[in-house]
Amino acid sequence: MTDVKEMEEAREMEERGYFGEFGGSYIPEILVATFDELLATYREARLDPGFWSEYESLMGSYSCRPTPLTFAENLTRHFGGARIYIKREDLNHTGAHKANNVMGQGLLVRRMGKNRVIAETGAGQHGVATATMAAKFGYRCTIYMGEVDVERQRPNVFWMERLGAEVIPVTEGTRILKDAINEAFRDWVTNMDDTHYVLGTACGPHPFPEMVSWFQSIIGKETRQQVREVTGRLPTRIYACVGGGSNAMGMFGGFLDDDVELVGVEAGGLGLDTSAHASRLASDASSLGVAQGYKTYFLQDEDGQMRETHSVAAGLDYVGVSPILAHHRETGRVRFEAATDAEVLEAFSLTLSKEGLIPALESSHAFVQAFKEAPKLSQDDVIVINQSGRGDKDIFTVADAFEDPKWKAFIRDKAKSYESG
Amino acid sequence: MNLVEHIASERQRKEILLMTHIVIGYPNFDDSLRLVESMVEAGVDLMELQIPFSEPIADGPVILRANQQSLMSGSTVDRCLAFGEEVSRRFDIPFLLMSYYNILFKRGISSFVDSMAAAGLAGAIVPDLPPEEAAEYLEAMGRNDLAPIFIYSPNTTTERMNEIADCAGGFIYCVARKGVTGAETTFSQEFSEYLERCRAATDLPLALGFGVKDKSDVDFLRGRVDIAVVGTQTIRVMEEQGVGSVQGFVEGLR
Repeated sequence: MTDVKEMEEAREMEERGYFGEFGGSYIPEILVATFDELLATYREARLDPGFWSEYESLMGSYSCRPTPLTFAENLTRHFGGARIYIKREDLNHTGAHKANNVMGQGLLVRRMGKNRVIAETGAGQHGVATATMAAKFGYRCTIYMGEVDVERQRPNVFWMERLGAEVIPVTEGTRILKDAINEAFRDWVTNMDDTHYVLGTACGPHPFPEMVSWFQSIIGKETRQQVREVTGRLPTRIYACVGGGSNAMGMFGGFLDDDVELVGVEAGGLGLDTSAHASRLASDASSLGVAQGYKTYFLQDEDGQMRETHSVAAGLDYVGVSPILAHHRETGRVRFEAATDAEVLEAFSLTLSKEGLIPALESSHAFVQAFKEAPKLSQDDVIVINQSGRGDKDIFTVADAFEDPKWKAFIRDKAKSYESG
Repeated sequence: MNLVEHIASERQRKEILLMTHIVIGYPNFDDSLRLVESMVEAGVDLMELQIPFSEPIADGPVILRANQQSLMSGSTVDRCLAFGEEVSRRFDIPFLLMSYYNILFKRGISSFVDSMAAAGLAGAIVPDLPPEEAAEYLEAMGRNDLAPIFIYSPNTTTERMNEIADCAGGFIYCVARKGVTGAETTFSQEFSEYLERCRAATDLPLALGFGVKDKSDVDFLRGRVDIAVVGTQTIRVMEEQGVGSVQGFVEGLR
């Protein structure tokens, strides 16, 4: 009897979007009807095999899917341990795995008959991806972006605006990603009749964590097939960086039932012994909380006020984390590590010089941990790193970090030419 | 006397009750106290005391900035609860606590609610806590005889209104429209139908807030709801004309 009761309770928690004790839906009453509609549309799409094949074919013709799995021959030789493979999500249209999620949600928006989309963005990748989707589907588009991020990611703002999106700099709070999320919610509670909020990661109220993970699971499905074709076996370990958690959820999703070790790598910033990082699951700096509509580990003070975070990679600079990943930490299914800014730049440089690949600074976090562990494994071992995005977007940050004198001279000359012209 | 009885007895004498709102610690704790004093002096019947939170997703720009300012000038949950205790002791109207769920959750729901009761508060409004997630909160509020105030919005289905009424205590806070606090509200025919649906769904008194800003709004609500809630507008008045002008403004509302 108890077993039946426990199973029923577990099923009920799952229905409400809980993964263990994490997740749920903590939303203002005004949004309840909107979430009911989204949940119904999402569930219908999941049950409709035609939906997933339409999604796959759209991603094939619009975004280079399936993305390749690249054997990193030189890095493998360099470390002399495990064979290193790299999943190339950077080859998606707009240069990151973000495209998977936005195109999936774009199809759902069409099913719901809405004609406007809004989104938050940190580094700008999700904003650019959403703007392309809106252009393709013919939706109006507004992107919320913290003022600090607008300043440090101008090229992405430029593209969003060129693509026809309205970009609103958020001047409230700490003026970064979490504040952009709050502002997008404020728009949504006013305009939900014709507007869908394209949340960019596997966080937020139910069904976003589950739904975004589902669209991103295309990464893990492809990788599993590719790695078996090429190596005849499953990988020993898989590495993915963790901001909100969507690329990790997508990659790990293909291997949850396999005997494969899954490693998520967070932003260690200036070090876990400082407060300047964004490590929620690899450090003990976070605690359980409820904000932005869901329950998970947050970097917060003893009163429950959110703390400031730091990372060289804007896309990992976030106070919360996917409730599904929080659950995977609890059960031990995923191991979490952190990489510091300095380690990230080193791994980034090595990858450029050895393989000619340019990973995003976000993705470079996963490379750091893989490089630490590869030498300790044998040639029989296979590891996969998810290169979730491409790094050329980071040209300003990278040039600053390496204090590149020629780049600085170029910017100075460019500025002068505007002043005189 | 619990909140429902208090509202019923006040309604014997007044056609409509007035509830106002402050963000505790904004612009500072001394002025917060002066604000409460002048609002009570002006005859308000209930007050909402908001404990600031770093992520207030249901609030518009005015209250959002008030939250941030209060936190920047050093508000803590302990100081806010002590403030609630002080005003409850000094003034003879019911005070309600308003905050976001994390403020309660972080301290432990049960222990937070016990502190509210010890401070002499009458109930709470937690806008990001739907009844589905509120089991522990409801248990603690019930045990302390505090009113858990829940929210109706124009797109809440009638069936859901009934479910919410089953959990709620004190009164129902009816949100006048979509959107966040502080924006304009048009009181239309559609709006009257919404209020009729609210009235049919519960025996609890109804409060109406979001966009109520002057005497003509309050007059319109007379006979339609039990309590008019004026939130953002008093903060605007204070910011534009100073703390001293709030009493005159509130007196002019009814």
